[in-house]
Amino acid sequence: MTQRSDDIAIHAHGLTKRFGERVALDRFELDVPKGQILALLGPSGCGKTTALRVIAGFESPDTGSISISGREVVGLNVDVPAHKRRVGMVFQDYALFPHLSVGGNVGYGLATKDPQRIAEVLEFVGMAGYESHMPHRLSGGEQQRVALARALAPRPDVILLDEPFSNLDAPQRDRMRREVRSILTSADATALFVTHDQEEAFSVADVVAVMREGAVVQVGSPDVVYGHPVDAWVADFVGESVFIAGHAAVGMVETSLGSFPNPSEHRGRVTVMIRPEWVHPIPDQDGAVSVAGREFYGHDQLVYLDMPDGLRLRSRIGPTPLFRTGERVSLAIDEIVVFPGASSN
Amino acid sequence: MKRLALIGIPLAFLGYFFVYPIASILWLGISEDGGRGFREALGGSWDVAWFTLWQAVVSTVVTLVVAMPGAYVLGRFDFPGKSFVRAIVTVPFVLPTVVVGTAFLALIGPSGVLGVDLDGTIWAILLAHVFFNYAVIVRTVGGLWANLDPRLTEAARMLGASRWRAFTRVTLPLLRPAIAAASSIVFLFTFSSFGVVLILGGLRHRTLEVEIWRQTTAFLDLPVAAALAILQLVGVGAILFAYSRYQERRSVQMQLRARSETTIRPTTARQRLLVGANVAIMTVLLGGPMVVLAVRSLGDGPSFANYAALADAGRRSVSFVPPVEAVRNSVLIAFAATAIALIVGGLAAGVVAYRRGRVSQWFDALLMLPLGTSAVTIGLGFLIALDTPIDLRTSLALVPIAHALVAIPLVVRTTVPVMRSVRTTLREAAAVLGASPARAWRAVDLPLVSRALVVGAGFAFAISLGEFGATSFIARPDTPTMPVAIFRLLDQPGTASFGSAMAMSTILMVVTAAAIVAIERFRVADLGEF
Repeated sequence: MTQRSDDIAIHAHGLTKRFGERVALDRFELDVPKGQILALLGPSGCGKTTALRVIAGFESPDTGSISISGREVVGLNVDVPAHKRRVGMVFQDYALFPHLSVGGNVGYGLATKDPQRIAEVLEFVGMAGYESHMPHRLSGGEQQRVALARALAPRPDVILLDEPFSNLDAPQRDRMRREVRSILTSADATALFVTHDQEEAFSVADVVAVMREGAVVQVGSPDVVYGHPVDAWVADFVGESVFIAGHAAVGMVETSLGSFPNPSEHRGRVTVMIRPEWVHPIPDQDGAVSVAGREFYGHDQLVYLDMPDGLRLRSRIGPTPLFRTGERVSLAIDEIVVFPGASSN
Repeated sequence: MKRLALIGIPLAFLGYFFVYPIASILWLGISEDGGRGFREALGGSWDVAWFTLWQAVVSTVVTLVVAMPGAYVLGRFDFPGKSFVRAIVTVPFVLPTVVVGTAFLALIGPSGVLGVDLDGTIWAILLAHVFFNYAVIVRTVGGLWANLDPRLTEAARMLGASRWRAFTRVTLPLLRPAIAAASSIVFLFTFSSFGVVLILGGLRHRTLEVEIWRQTTAFLDLPVAAALAILQLVGVGAILFAYSRYQERRSVQMQLRARSETTIRPTTARQRLLVGANVAIMTVLLGGPMVVLAVRSLGDGPSFANYAALADAGRRSVSFVPPVEAVRNSVLIAFAATAIALIVGGLAAGVVAYRRGRVSQWFDALLMLPLGTSAVTIGLGFLIALDTPIDLRTSLALVPIAHALVAIPLVVRTTVPVMRSVRTTLREAAAVLGASPARAWRAVDLPLVSRALVVGAGFAFAISLGEFGATSFIARPDTPTMPVAIFRLLDQPGTASFGSAMAMSTILMVVTAAAIVAIERFRVADLGEF
């Protein structure tokens, strides 16, 4: 399902960037669809911030090309400087100009400093009437709204956000995730944001691109990336997972937990991945599985289960029923994911 | 092109007005007559070198002993009038040496108010050195003391240590870096003391600096002066080297605490006595000479006769112009020196702050060299070197250039941290909002940097007004600056000229103190906001 090029807001192709010995980007490929929020998700040091900085124009890639809204900004003999790329950016530390008022900050990117546009954007982010406030008097969440308003004001083609929620405390972070998503969606903006937090990527983005060692390894909607990861590494990075060895034949996979229908085309030695919420313990006096322990979280619980062969599984289920250590259970497993080859875990 | 100008202008300036003169001194000292300068300097000036060394050691130790309790009191206690006491402590440090010399003459000179004549004795020199450098100890050591966690001492006491043991085993080791830094600075200042020793030392007491000046102006023996300057440079270099090695070995990570958490009000009788005694010492030792100078400048009257006499050229005019012209000269020179220091220092700061890697580090080191070079050496270097390619030695421009040279390291030091503190993301934010690099710099850096430059300008102005060491070599007889005029007045016999010297010293003291107080205010205002 290739998209038409005018539906693509950012097209990055074959980007490579080295810092001395370290390879930050290694044939990096990414298309950000117009009007969507894409999360670039990866562990720290995977090159995601470099990717953002290269797209913004703060760094030049060693090779590769970038187009923004169909205009080539990086390519053979082309390197448009940051201030001519028409991108907006929200920085991790917000980078509000400390000596300018909120209005001055928001108006900085507007050639006309149009007070009406400033008021409009501030209202849009829920900061109406804050024009004359100074940034250092604002809370973290308020500073973030102003930073967002400042980025939106010149109506850029795309908005880049660098770890936008990492400077907020937990309750504020949850609220700002919802608000930033709704602001970006209602502005019909194209946004690319970088994060190392899968929960954040899943809850804010329409599309998630998982990055590892300088390259994008999977792109898809949050539920696809979570439920159908392309490999064991992605599976483990985006959520809790248990890996067990298995043997696949046509239609069936044999494991120490029993046989399952084979959801894949793989044959022979395989690795089966199971997420804790796919495992349901059922009280059963004759069950082969014993409860090894339990962590109670209120909204749910994590039950540790010992298999007869010594394997330990985790099950994440609702707060009831109460399982006791040593209790015998049998298991129902909803779903599995099969990867080719033996597990390294 | 623009980059070239950024580094080229300061490089050319320092190259021609600093490196070249110093190199000329080295060359002259070594080469002339197969090193005659060295042989004579080494042969005839051992007593001078010895005196320079031991008076510096004694001055440093005495200052440390006198000022440590003061550092404790100002660091740990909060009491009414503290900010005023702090100001009294700071002002002497920035006073021109000539003013300090005059003030001590007014206090303990031949006609001193105390009735003892210590003029020409080591006691006068020591007193003046303590007066001068008290602030260095109090500000450096007291500054760290105020931020030391008091719970560390409390923990030691809980573990059974006596008060004294807790101090020597916990507090003192923690303060050691600050004590070492402050002592090195005091040692450096007193080792290269010029104005104070020249005025108060009489004929018997001469530091290397004074001897360099004497060899140059009295005997016109430049090779010997150059050899002495080399000795001086080697001495200063050795101190700086030893200190930097010490710093490397000694740096420890400490949990510092905000002053507001550590300062207490004196409550016990013992604490009150401690605070009271130290405030009394500070007021008498530091405030005394300044007050005596100001009061005595008003004569017996009080009257402004001494001040009026400054405009008078006729009656006892010797070879020079009315002293009041020195005021005008000084102000004009200070403006010129400030402008030069701002341009050269500002560009240099830009190179150090915005360029990465080797070039920046190497350049930074070059910029700090004038700080370690005595003003007298700079003056001598100008005299020796600046006759080629064009003879600048009698040029009026030389005086502000010498002053700028002394001020540039300070301009750089006040500006670079501010330039570096500007977050990169602010410039990037401006860029993505469509600002060209130049506009981004104007919007983001300039508002912050300009404040630092104002502070630097204040320093440059105050330095230029009070500079004496270099000026005494290169000022033309018909265009003296205020310190030069004061020195000449002191050199003349008679109470009238001493009165004029006190009057002009008072003017210089007030102007310098005002400049420094203004800078301090400006700086403090800077902090809260960012």
